[in-house]
Amino acid sequence: MLPDLVNAAVLLGNYVIVPGLAYAAQLALGALGITLVFGILRFANLAHGDLMAFGTMATILATWLLQAWGVGLGPLPTALLALPFGIVAAIAAALAADRLVFRFYRRRRSAPIVLVMASLGVMFLLNGLVRFIIGPGDRQFTDGERFIVKAREFKRATGLAEGLSIKTTQCLTVVVAAVAVFLLFRFLQRTRTGKSMRAYSDNEDLALLSGINPERVVLIAWAIAAALAAIAGALYGLDKSFKPFTYFQLLLPMFAAAILGGIGQPVGAIVGAVIVAFSEVTVTYAWKKFLHYLLPGPWQPDGLAQLLSTDYKFAVSFMILVLVLLLRPSGIFRGRVL
Amino acid sequence: MTPALRNAVALAIVGAGLAGVGFGQSWSLALAVFNLCLISALMSLAVNIQWGYAGLFNIGIMGFAALGGLAGVLVSRPPVPAAWAAGGGGLFIALLILMAAGGLALALARYMPRSRMRAAALAAVVLAGLFGAGVFFDPAVDAIEAVEPAKTGYLGGLGLPIILSWFAGGLLAAGAAFVIGRIALGLRSDYFAIATLGISEIVIAVLKNEDWLTRGVKNVTGLGRPVPYEVDLQRDPWFVDLVAVLHSRSLEALSGEAHEAALREFAVQSSSLFVKLCYAGLFLAVLAVVFWLSERALHSPWGRMMRAIRDNETAAGAMGKDVTRRHRQVFILGSAVVGVAGAMLTTLDGQFTPAGYQPLRFTFLIWVMVVVGGSGNNLGAVLGGFLIWFVWIEAEPAGLWLMQALTAGLPEGSAFREHLLASAAHMRPLVMGLILLLVMRFRPRGLIPAGGR
Amino acid sequence: MSFLEGEAMTGGYGGADIIRGCAIAVERGEIAVIVGPNGAGKSTAMKALLGMVRLRSGTVRLDGEDITGLSPQDRVGRGMAFVPQTDNVFATLTVRENLEMGAFLRRQGVGETMERVFELFPAVRENRDRPAGELSGGQRQQVAVGRALMTEPAVLMLDEPTAGVSPIVMDDLFQRMLEIRGAGIAILMAEQNARQALAIADRGYVLVTGENRFTDTGAALLANPEVRRSFLGG
Repeated sequence: MLPDLVNAAVLLGNYVIVPGLAYAAQLALGALGITLVFGILRFANLAHGDLMAFGTMATILATWLLQAWGVGLGPLPTALLALPFGIVAAIAAALAADRLVFRFYRRRRSAPIVLVMASLGVMFLLNGLVRFIIGPGDRQFTDGERFIVKAREFKRATGLAEGLSIKTTQCLTVVVAAVAVFLLFRFLQRTRTGKSMRAYSDNEDLALLSGINPERVVLIAWAIAAALAAIAGALYGLDKSFKPFTYFQLLLPMFAAAILGGIGQPVGAIVGAVIVAFSEVTVTYAWKKFLHYLLPGPWQPDGLAQLLSTDYKFAVSFMILVLVLLLRPSGIFRGRVL
Repeated sequence: MTPALRNAVALAIVGAGLAGVGFGQSWSLALAVFNLCLISALMSLAVNIQWGYAGLFNIGIMGFAALGGLAGVLVSRPPVPAAWAAGGGGLFIALLILMAAGGLALALARYMPRSRMRAAALAAVVLAGLFGAGVFFDPAVDAIEAVEPAKTGYLGGLGLPIILSWFAGGLLAAGAAFVIGRIALGLRSDYFAIATLGISEIVIAVLKNEDWLTRGVKNVTGLGRPVPYEVDLQRDPWFVDLVAVLHSRSLEALSGEAHEAALREFAVQSSSLFVKLCYAGLFLAVLAVVFWLSERALHSPWGRMMRAIRDNETAAGAMGKDVTRRHRQVFILGSAVVGVAGAMLTTLDGQFTPAGYQPLRFTFLIWVMVVVGGSGNNLGAVLGGFLIWFVWIEAEPAGLWLMQALTAGLPEGSAFREHLLASAAHMRPLVMGLILLLVMRFRPRGLIPAGGR
Repeated sequence: MSFLEGEAMTGGYGGADIIRGCAIAVERGEIAVIVGPNGAGKSTAMKALLGMVRLRSGTVRLDGEDITGLSPQDRVGRGMAFVPQTDNVFATLTVRENLEMGAFLRRQGVGETMERVFELFPAVRENRDRPAGELSGGQRQQVAVGRALMTEPAVLMLDEPTAGVSPIVMDDLFQRMLEIRGAGIAILMAEQNARQALAIADRGYVLVTGENRFTDTGAALLANPEVRRSFLGG
């Protein structure tokens, strides 16, 4: 009985907890960017997914260059070394978009929906650029040691029937995301500039009356959102693979996470991302084997015991989104009711 | 320029473009482009109704178009009796269970007091319903998909003339719009936009994966036609006679074998043109009817009220207009038209390919058309549809030509040159993004602003 | 010439003029109060002094300098502080952070100013680590005034600071205004509670339909029978 329990736990860890955590970390970084832009600039930036793709593309190009030079990080992926380049590229793209497109509408105090539409144009442009430079296909760019814990070795060491494998990229994702989030929160909570951003997001008019410079706040918000987008994109690409269209599709779970947590609430974005990621993974996971470990013979299911096929993972984000909109539009952490 | 002159100029540009394709490439191609222009114009008109009349930012157009396409399959394909026998019963029971669970859940939500108990009961009913339906649904689906998977493997349709699917597509899309409108209208416009984006992705996922309904990525080909087939025309005496009369001048000089061969050749060419012309006629008729109706609506008391709501939602709300309900009406109407256009597109293609639905092509491109046309301007939306579809079609060859010109100096076989040439296809989103941003910025009322309002 | 003065101010929010030829002035170490019926343009007159309302004609001078063309932010930088009637605190920030944001433009002496605000409003000190949005209406008003004081302003302007607070809180707030006046700050208030406000006012302005109707010391206005009859309810 006990080994069954342990096996079930390992199974769960291998197929639900570890991948779910990595995915949650990636979503959280993206959702943070969305919620930040939403909080400061007050519009839903549809170009965020393609901004992620753009940053990732720059990271991949730099990775190839480093690989060609023979520079690497040993067991860690070379992409980690190339990431700063991707971050700079993403920030440059976001600031250029702001200067050339968004600032105009902001100064005219256009309705938010006009800015959303403009972000559609920016999305098109970034999408075209990415596909133009690197193509629409699938790309793998991870190298170095693939696994920290290998399933076979885990089984040999523990004598269990189930193996646990942890990919280097999964571990890296969680660590890098944790560092990024820690730095972001320190910045927002402790520094004068960070507090001024929270103040601006909270009450724009009062922030102006306090002498806070709106253009500076906007600039920093874009820079942070773009940096987080590049990190999120690169980590997602390392963990899975890079395909521009996939990044566009990430918009939905990221928005679901941001709205679920409460727009303009960084903590909310993270909590929202964890909920969305784990809902997606648990709903699309086939529980058959897990239940076989835990249930007595006659109770064991014949089918896969899968609530939804993985093809419908977006439906999960959508359901969450719908439920939030219906039940609590301001989100868990009482963000701006928009 | 006066609005009338501007409209004339826009029309002339599109006409000249099509004529250019006709003379430069072929008339058959020009007609093919024209037909897609008509469908694009219809979609653009539909989105313009939503955006221009009610300020709804719908970025799920793709989903509604795909539902229209689905109607093409469900209406026109013959039913597959073996599949119905294998799994129809199971599906029916699953549906009954789902409906029972849904009804029970609604009743609970309405009559039980708001409490933790109610939430738990609701969750239990929903889960039990899903699970119970699954017990019948999964084996039924497996049985259906096992029926001659290479040829059918799905339930088929009603075996009716495909032109009926244009109505059915409108109804399907309207139904989906009703549901999504219930949930997301009345919230802030950004949320509505994201919700429509979500529903369209889900519709596509369903169409791609529910093989028992749509054959999924195996596609459904050989859909029926509302117009004659080319091969039949070529055998039809009246058509051959017509061709002979039309081409009598060039045929006169020939005789015997040569005359026969030339006539056959002309008949083949003409039959293709004739079929496309038939489609063009049908599409034009639909476009004209929808255009006329929406113009009528725009200038009716209803349209004036819609514009009043659009200009000042708060004031209209304060005057007792139910803004959300009006918005829902417009959303359903517009989505229905998109569904009709989607069904027309599938009819024209003669096949249903779920993987072909890309948001860039089916959602965002339509938005470029609407923005270029100018919001709230029906004629503008139609012309925008024509213009942008033409640019979309021609951007790829133009990009290729540009790349060839730019890279002419590079050595043959250079990797950079190869890359640039291969990337020419991706000029499209770049060009569209630029057009959208430039028009929004410098011509915010569209290239073809409404006259005299 | 007064420290802050608006002369012959005419303007509004784009449509019809709301204030017409309105004149308001306040000296350092003085409390000036604008009273009048609803829609008289009390708030508008004050916002015009801050540059939040576009003037079609008229001038605003601060310390003898013409500031009519400056943006509100520039005026804030020159020592004018404003407490809006609603949404006047950062609700999600702590009280202390609210005060810090008030001092955003300053680098030095922030600690001392905050200490003075704490002394003025002990309740603010007690709640310094709570989000401002959780405080009661009166305490929130104190935080709002505190935030404005953090700029070390020469002029403090308050838009109906006692709207919706209890009489006890109102009396307390007016007492604090007297203390702030003692520090040599010019205070300008638009007020609904005319009687109580005029009681502490060095100058009073009675506006009717955007024009000055009576201008005098607070005490004189309170004593004026016509003012009493028309605007103070007898």
